[in-house]
Amino acid sequence: METLIILLIGILVTVATYLILSRNIIRVILGTAVFSHAVHLLILTMGDLKRGSVPLLKEAEAPYTDALPQALILTAIVISFAVTAFILVLAFRAYQEAGSDDLHELRGTNDE
Amino acid sequence: MFSVNFAIILPFIIAAFVPFIYRRFRFIHIGWFVMLVPITLFILLARLIPSVASGQTFTDTYQWIPTLDINFTTYLDGLSMIFGLLITGVGSLVILYSIFYLSTKESLQHFYVYLLLFMGAMLGVVFSDNLMVLYVFWELTSVSSFLLIAFWNHRKGSRLGAQKAMLITVSGGVAMLVGFIMLHTMTGTFSIREIISSISGFTDHALFMPAMILVLLGAFTKSAQFPFHIWLPDAMEAPTPVSAYLHSATMVKAGIYLVARFTPVFGGDQVWFWTVSIVGMITLFWGSFNAVKQTDLKALLAYSTISQLGLIMSLLGLGSVALHIGYSTESVIYTQATFAALFHMINHSTFKGALFMVVGIVDHGLGTRDIRRLGGLMALMPFTFTVAVIGSLSMAGLPPFNGFLSKEMFFAATVQISNADVFSLQTFGIVFPIVAWVASIFTFIYCMIFIFKTFLGPAQPEKLDKPIHEAPMGMLISPLILAAFVVGIFFFPNLLGNYILRPAMSSIYPTFGDAFNLTPSISAWHGVKPELLMTIGVVLVGAILYKILKKWKPIYGLFSQKYTFNTLYNNVLSLSEKGSGVVTRGYMTGFLKDYIAYIFGFFIIVVGGFLFYSGAFSMDISTNAPIRLYEVILVAVMAIAAFAMLFAKSRMTATLLNGVLGYSIAIFFVIFRAPDLALTQLVVESVTTALFLLAFSHLPDWKKEKTTIKTKWINGIISIAMGVLVMLIGLSVLNYNKFETISSYFEDAYELAGGANIVNAILGDFRGFDTMLEVVVLFIAGLGVYTMIKLKSEKGGDKE
Amino acid sequence: MKINDVILRTITRIIVFIILTFGVYLFLSGHNTPGGGFIGGLVLASAIVLLYLTSDIESIRKSLPFDFKLVAALGVLLATGTGFGSILFGVPFMSQTFAYFELPIFGKTELTTVTIFEAGVVLAVVGVVVTIILSMSESEEA
Repeated sequence: METLIILLIGILVTVATYLILSRNIIRVILGTAVFSHAVHLLILTMGDLKRGSVPLLKEAEAPYTDALPQALILTAIVISFAVTAFILVLAFRAYQEAGSDDLHELRGTNDE
Repeated sequence: MFSVNFAIILPFIIAAFVPFIYRRFRFIHIGWFVMLVPITLFILLARLIPSVASGQTFTDTYQWIPTLDINFTTYLDGLSMIFGLLITGVGSLVILYSIFYLSTKESLQHFYVYLLLFMGAMLGVVFSDNLMVLYVFWELTSVSSFLLIAFWNHRKGSRLGAQKAMLITVSGGVAMLVGFIMLHTMTGTFSIREIISSISGFTDHALFMPAMILVLLGAFTKSAQFPFHIWLPDAMEAPTPVSAYLHSATMVKAGIYLVARFTPVFGGDQVWFWTVSIVGMITLFWGSFNAVKQTDLKALLAYSTISQLGLIMSLLGLGSVALHIGYSTESVIYTQATFAALFHMINHSTFKGALFMVVGIVDHGLGTRDIRRLGGLMALMPFTFTVAVIGSLSMAGLPPFNGFLSKEMFFAATVQISNADVFSLQTFGIVFPIVAWVASIFTFIYCMIFIFKTFLGPAQPEKLDKPIHEAPMGMLISPLILAAFVVGIFFFPNLLGNYILRPAMSSIYPTFGDAFNLTPSISAWHGVKPELLMTIGVVLVGAILYKILKKWKPIYGLFSQKYTFNTLYNNVLSLSEKGSGVVTRGYMTGFLKDYIAYIFGFFIIVVGGFLFYSGAFSMDISTNAPIRLYEVILVAVMAIAAFAMLFAKSRMTATLLNGVLGYSIAIFFVIFRAPDLALTQLVVESVTTALFLLAFSHLPDWKKEKTTIKTKWINGIISIAMGVLVMLIGLSVLNYNKFETISSYFEDAYELAGGANIVNAILGDFRGFDTMLEVVVLFIAGLGVYTMIKLKSEKGGDKE
Repeated sequence: MKINDVILRTITRIIVFIILTFGVYLFLSGHNTPGGGFIGGLVLASAIVLLYLTSDIESIRKSLPFDFKLVAALGVLLATGTGFGSILFGVPFMSQTFAYFELPIFGKTELTTVTIFEAGVVLAVVGVVVTIILSMSESEEA
């Protein structure tokens, strides 16, 4: 199972990297979203999969599955949501002000 | 009991309140309030003088970073007492003076905040026992000095002067920091007291010499010693109270303090002796020589300060011989140089402070400090003139002023050192009295220039913008008090010697036993000795040379302006600016794609390379959990969705595919026994998709990407390399079982945190700090979104 | 943003209250069962967003007269405040504590400072999410 998931993570990272390297700003943002999916899976996989029961002490029997990665991912999910929201708004405000969603065109002139 | 820590912290605390008080009581000059700080501290310190004089010291420790041996330890002994009194005493007078100097139209709240910052930092420098703490305060004095020099930041000269002072003193400070770290490496402690008591075992250590040189670099840059003196004249762009306070009485003396403080550490060494004395001597000569040609009164005083600092520095160097010889009845005589250094330092603060204030009065009242436009002020500015005469004559080393006493001791020390039989001084030692004498002649000349060109001779009211008039009484109080000290110290020097200087001597010569032997009785008349003859010579030759000044002044034209240290400084600065510009423009292309490529490329090369070379890769699928069919299907769905995103023609499709990925992951979270994650992921994915759709209504539809095949290939290779690398890392880490897992600790969540949901207990309790910061991040992102949308650039307004 | 769909609107009216209740339940039960501040907050926020999507903004604004930026700020203040609160009791920053009490109706109940902290998280999440969505949809109208 772990190997399979890691394979999936590899695919997700490849796709995400390719998207981030593109010129369209929405593709870049989507790339970051996919990237965070991959990372969440990776963190979870590092704590071993499907070993033990749900980490709820009263509801389930020991041994429990590793709860620490889950806590980390929960934080990561919320943060990545905040960041995605932020760059989305950044993107459309940049478009409104500069009239382009192409990162090459947004770069501006050479002399700075 | 008065805590020394309190003395350091008080200015910072008050500084925080200054802006509020300023806003509240605009009609009162804020300086009156600020002045209470140094006065309070001065009184508190002065009350300790008797105990310090009887050999008592005060320490106070507050644990800061104990693991790194960095603690906020303060130490009050004789040496720091002198500086503490100077900082608070002169500070009170300067603030009193500044109340009349700066009108309420200036941004006073800034000025006094900076001044208090400086005062606190300076007290921190002299009271810190821990070298790291000392360093922090040391740099803080540079920063506050920068802010004060650039106080009138609309003037270009102010900004450049501030930059120069900052660059030179801070780079010296960094060198000093390295020296401190070397000392720590040698002795294993950051405490100055412990270093002093243990250094004798390390004088042969390989780091001893580099540490000494680096510490000296810090001291020399701060105290404007040759060739680092160039920043001080430019720093005169600061308001005059600042020049009087920072650039003559206190901050530039931090270097002196450092040298005095480290004399017990490095003092017995020959290199220390020669470096400190020679650099001091050169500075003494070069400063006084250059002061003569200045036409700006403040520049004249700046060079004079450089020269006087050199004098004090060289005296400290000469005095360190005594430590080389060790304690004996003969070596005590050499400690008198150090005694003279401390004595002259106090005297210098009094007369130079007064002189700076005089220049400030002239500048403030008449609108110029150019001696070519001044003259004949005596009749109309009698008080100012009196202070100027007292200060100048003291500086020239004439009785009945305190400068005479210390100057005589200076001459005596140079004469004695030329007779010493260590360090081959019998051959070279004769240089010291000669240089001292010549430099003193120039000192005499510029003192005469200061008096005669400004206050005597014909008045030139036609060259002035304002009529000549005496300064307001308030402005005269401080210089008059200082002048009173100049005279008072001459008549009662031993009061100072016994109560203030003696304890300081025992800090510098801790191994010399009772400091009573080290304190000579100061007297104005001690028979016809070489030093008296030297003084008489200085006055005679100086008077003659002043008379024929016009004849020999062309000598200054011989020094080409092309090869000065200032030119060197400017060239280095502009070259490094250009160089960094070229380098930066080379890789900062402005394309996000390039930056991302750098990051990924670096990641691939470094991490991948390490993985490859260290042979860290390992793979073992035997411990894997079993796979069910529906899991395979889910993986396949996700893989297909991911690839489809690459080829999606419309943004809507791509977003929905991203949603597919998100919801599939939520299902995985369920499978992998993470109910909290599954719930959160479901909601977040919905909200995120909604956000994308909302944003699309503001953005244009996708166009076909105009990417070349070559770029596509490069991007593809980077992407695949990244994917493969992450996979390899994941597989390797999975089989890496070197450490015990820490997760079992959290399984006691019910007993430790009272929660049965371990994930929630980690978030809320064990790692509550993370969650708190996370909430803050979320909040900041929300505010960012809000402001970005609400803050639209005004129509027709220029975009910056 | 206004969707003129009677069915959607009617269903939303009912569903919103179910979602809101669910959100509060998630928040309160998070300590021992799945749930907690983040999820609770997100669910509450999505309920409010759903309301905005189906009804016109003005009428909602009348029934929910909060400035959601302030809600978020209050949440952050509460979350950091509990951290500093522990300092007042002489224990390290962010220390949480809990105890069991006998309450009239609930019987033996656990009260913990984590709940205050989590309440801060809920408020912050609700405030931020609603602020983001609202400002984005308002920007469209302008």
